[in-house]
Amino acid sequence: MKVSLSWLQDYVDLKMASADLVDALTMVGLEVDAIWDRYEYLDSVLVGRILEIMPHPNADKLRICRVDLSQREMPVVCGAPNIRVGMHVAVALVGTQFPGGSQLQSTVIRGVVSEGMICSESELALGPDRSGVMDLKDRGCPGEKLAQVLGLSDPVMEIGLTPNRSDCLSIIGLAREVAAIQKADLCRPQICLPAGVKNIESLAKVTIESPELCPRYAARLLEGVVVGPSPFWLQDRLQSVGLRSINNLVDVTNFVMMETGQPLHAFDFDKLAQNRIVVRNAREGEEFVTLDDKRRSLGRDMLLICDGENPVAIAGVMGGLNSEVVDSTRSVLIESACFEPISIRKTAKKLGMSTEASYRFERGVDSKGTLFALNRAAQLMAEVAGGVLVQGVIDVHPGHAEDVPLSLSVEKTNRLLGTNLDAGRIADLLSSIEFTVQRQEREDLLTVQVPSFRVDVTRPVDLMEEVARLSGYDHIPTTFPESPVSDKPIDRCLQIRSRIRALMNAFGFTEAVNYSFISGKACDHLRYPAEDRRRRCVHILNPLSEDQGVMRTSLMPGLLENMRNNAAQQVKCLKLFEVGRIYIARDEDALPEEREMLAGLWSGLRSEATWYSKPVECDFYDLKGVAESLFEALRIEGIECVRMPDADCIELRPGSAARMLDGNAPIGIIGEIHPESARWLGLKQTAYIFEIDLARIYDRVPESKQIRPVPKFPAISRDITIIVDQNIEAQCIIRQARVQKSELVEDLCLLDVFQGDPIAPGKKSASLRVTYRSNVKTLEDEDIRSLHESITQGIMDAFGATLPG
Amino acid sequence: MYKTIEQIQEAAVAEARTISDNEALQALSTRYLGRKGILTQYLRNIASLPAEERPLAGKKANEVKLRLEALFKEALVRLENRDAQSGPSIDVSLPGRRLSHGALHPITQITDRICEIFSRMGFDIAEGPEVEMDYYNFEALNIPKDHPARDMQDTFYVSENVVLRTHTSPIQVRVMEKTRPPVRVIAPGKVYRCDSDITHTPMFHQIEGLLVDEKVSFGDLKGILTAFVHQIFDEHTRLRFRPSFFPFTEPSAEVDILCVMCRGKGCRVCKQTGWLEVLGSGMVDPAVFQNVGYDPDRYAGFAFGMGIERIAMLKFGIDDIRKFFENDLRFLRQF
Repeated sequence: MKVSLSWLQDYVDLKMASADLVDALTMVGLEVDAIWDRYEYLDSVLVGRILEIMPHPNADKLRICRVDLSQREMPVVCGAPNIRVGMHVAVALVGTQFPGGSQLQSTVIRGVVSEGMICSESELALGPDRSGVMDLKDRGCPGEKLAQVLGLSDPVMEIGLTPNRSDCLSIIGLAREVAAIQKADLCRPQICLPAGVKNIESLAKVTIESPELCPRYAARLLEGVVVGPSPFWLQDRLQSVGLRSINNLVDVTNFVMMETGQPLHAFDFDKLAQNRIVVRNAREGEEFVTLDDKRRSLGRDMLLICDGENPVAIAGVMGGLNSEVVDSTRSVLIESACFEPISIRKTAKKLGMSTEASYRFERGVDSKGTLFALNRAAQLMAEVAGGVLVQGVIDVHPGHAEDVPLSLSVEKTNRLLGTNLDAGRIADLLSSIEFTVQRQEREDLLTVQVPSFRVDVTRPVDLMEEVARLSGYDHIPTTFPESPVSDKPIDRCLQIRSRIRALMNAFGFTEAVNYSFISGKACDHLRYPAEDRRRRCVHILNPLSEDQGVMRTSLMPGLLENMRNNAAQQVKCLKLFEVGRIYIARDEDALPEEREMLAGLWSGLRSEATWYSKPVECDFYDLKGVAESLFEALRIEGIECVRMPDADCIELRPGSAARMLDGNAPIGIIGEIHPESARWLGLKQTAYIFEIDLARIYDRVPESKQIRPVPKFPAISRDITIIVDQNIEAQCIIRQARVQKSELVEDLCLLDVFQGDPIAPGKKSASLRVTYRSNVKTLEDEDIRSLHESITQGIMDAFGATLPG
Repeated sequence: MYKTIEQIQEAAVAEARTISDNEALQALSTRYLGRKGILTQYLRNIASLPAEERPLAGKKANEVKLRLEALFKEALVRLENRDAQSGPSIDVSLPGRRLSHGALHPITQITDRICEIFSRMGFDIAEGPEVEMDYYNFEALNIPKDHPARDMQDTFYVSENVVLRTHTSPIQVRVMEKTRPPVRVIAPGKVYRCDSDITHTPMFHQIEGLLVDEKVSFGDLKGILTAFVHQIFDEHTRLRFRPSFFPFTEPSAEVDILCVMCRGKGCRVCKQTGWLEVLGSGMVDPAVFQNVGYDPDRYAGFAFGMGIERIAMLKFGIDDIRKFFENDLRFLRQF
């Protein structure tokens, strides 16, 4: 909502500096988003003195003026009849933005350069005179700014109104708040209608067929009007709040709407068939051409204003071309009505047209301001367009509701706000914005009649807000709640999640946060088969773009895209992780399954090249080590990586992909990105990636730990080196070695795996180290000899292994 | 054999002077002071001396023993110092072998910090679904369909009744449906609005707070939020509570802080106003209590919400919200 202080001044005497007013309005809940001077465009308009007038070589009607601007002189081509040497004139410099919208360019007029323009009053929107250039009558000195010389300044505020404050969608509404702030009086315009002729009852008729959508419809009629441009004061008022002048009748409706908040419409009365207005619902598919010359297809829930035969306006939204006020209009019917807000909102939304009128109706207009606005418009139209007012007013008012006063408890108000206001103070505050307050017998209770323009105030708590707002939030004492301490334990999942982030961080991984929506194409790029559950995407009906069309079902697409973008920045060693949700669609209208996942990506070098190590590409085991370290740090045991059968490898490359299993339960996958996916995603290098279901991890983190005694006796270790078929997995060998269940075996680990000369092709050597320890004595060689031999033999037998050499 | 203790000492001193390595020193020390060493022998022989000579001889021998011990230690230190200087000399300016470490996303860092502050004030942490029923996102919060307040938030729809949550406020409703007062909870999470420019991304993060009990006032709301602002920024940060409108609170307040960039003078960040909007808040609207089955006559409460990116941008001096989601390592590594 824009308001110029000059207009506001009409209704309230402004006693504050504009900066203070901005602050005060903001602090009563009417936030001033911006303030500027409406004469800013005059910044590049200077006073100039005409030094010399010469004839234009190529045009009889034009002359060339040499103008003194103090700092410099410039030639200006001018066609005005009233210029004379020595005259003080207004000179617009190149770049001046005129209120009409055009910008002054340096031009060559018929072969002569003109570096500025000597302006008329009308060109500068400072007055109606367009007969010649402005004569400053020796005011000001050359080079001075015109606005300064004429004392032109009018701050305009843009107020960001919250949707509840429809009462302030009018200058009077804002003036009321200013009056309350300044403890001053609000001066409403006095309406004095000229004596009318004939009687409206005999000339026009209004019927409301849909009273639930139109609780009130009032109209007045003027005859013999002359349509033409508005007087300057009216144009100027509209201009001050950024509205364009159309003609005197339309300008009056806009002026009164801005002034009172009541949208009005002017019909060319002679175009209304049967001189009637019928308010009814549209028929399904009914068509109508609105003022903007667009054909609209309507629905049954939309409200129409019709004449005796056809629609003439979409109620509360826009008038029709067929009944528009035009130059030839002689009689005008002014509409001032109330429409049901939700219906107007739906209609405006469906038709995709938000107008100044619909904006106000959908927020609620003052049901008792209908006639005031109507009379104000009638008075002004008679004033600016001549014409004769027809006696009487039509006011159809089918849905008239009784005003129910609210009861406000002083004690409850103070309890909610934490204040200590007395009844008198509360009554004063509410009265300052025209609420009627009466004391009840019980000292604590006030009876409050809410004025009709405050459609947002319907409950005692709404009154409490008014009290808080007007007394000033700053004046409410700052306190602390008395509440018991929390006895709930800290959420374990949150703690573990936080620990996982910290660990990934410690392992050298940087955290990424990606949008939850991705392109639907990601499912194809990651090669998900048709039946894959990750194809069960949640689709967004109104995405910003196709690239953000579905909710992700994996964290991988995000990290892979991050990889592509970072690679473009020459990042050599990329280690990223993300903790976030994926969304798997369920049935229509059921909320999707949201699962929290951890994904990690490692691409490029194991570590940057340094003086002590050569750069080495990272591999599967680098990333697997991260996952293993994570589980180990979280004290989760028993998670194994099991080779993924080639047929099951989708986004991962067969032969370099594994499932992470907790017993038999899958908890995640790890591997190298499939080359086809890498190509789809525009990746220039390969990447290793894992994705783990965190819900399964949370369950597996032990809640408490019991320590084991620290061993008292030393351990001894023995190595086994065997040669086996190259396809035998290390994990199988270790598992086999563990078959011999002995309390003496403390640990089994793989020391070395080797393929190539001198090992025969198709074979590999594997070295295991077995660590033995007793908790009752220091072990000697003979204590473990037979056990070690039997472990060795067990492996040899199981895999047909041989000993080296 | 040496005749006198003086001779023993003299010989030892002379030998010690010629020692050039640790082994020789060790041998020398053993030869004189060891179990079968010369001095040890001498001491043992004192027992066979006449009784009147014993005290003096013993005293002298012990003095020599102490002197030799000191002498050998001295020789050891001399050798160590010599060895230390002849050891290899390295370039200490070469970089060390560092362990790599990552960085936590700034959003995570700020969220953790905010949660920590409220946890200390007794708030529990709750979470909720991001794909949410229209009911929880709007209707239960007193935002009926076709209400102009819906314009305040551009909503992503999944179906007629399912949306991507536009704020973390639906978690309020879910928490209240499950628990009886007193309630003291904060709820961080991702939220979604269809808007995208230098100050808006279609996904961002919020933290919601809710406190419900029998005696809770607007003054308490001011107290908690003032304490919060002083902790997340600093204790000198001025703040103001300004009337506003949210359908689910009444009265409602925006919380502004004095611009952290210009300290109120007016700059680009605060759009020349000197103030920055950082929180929305208010007393829980009785209609919301009714929707969750709380008695609005018995309970009162306040709720608040803030954008995490907003706070991160102010704290870290980030001028483009989109940077948070580009995941450019050159950006992320700075946190």
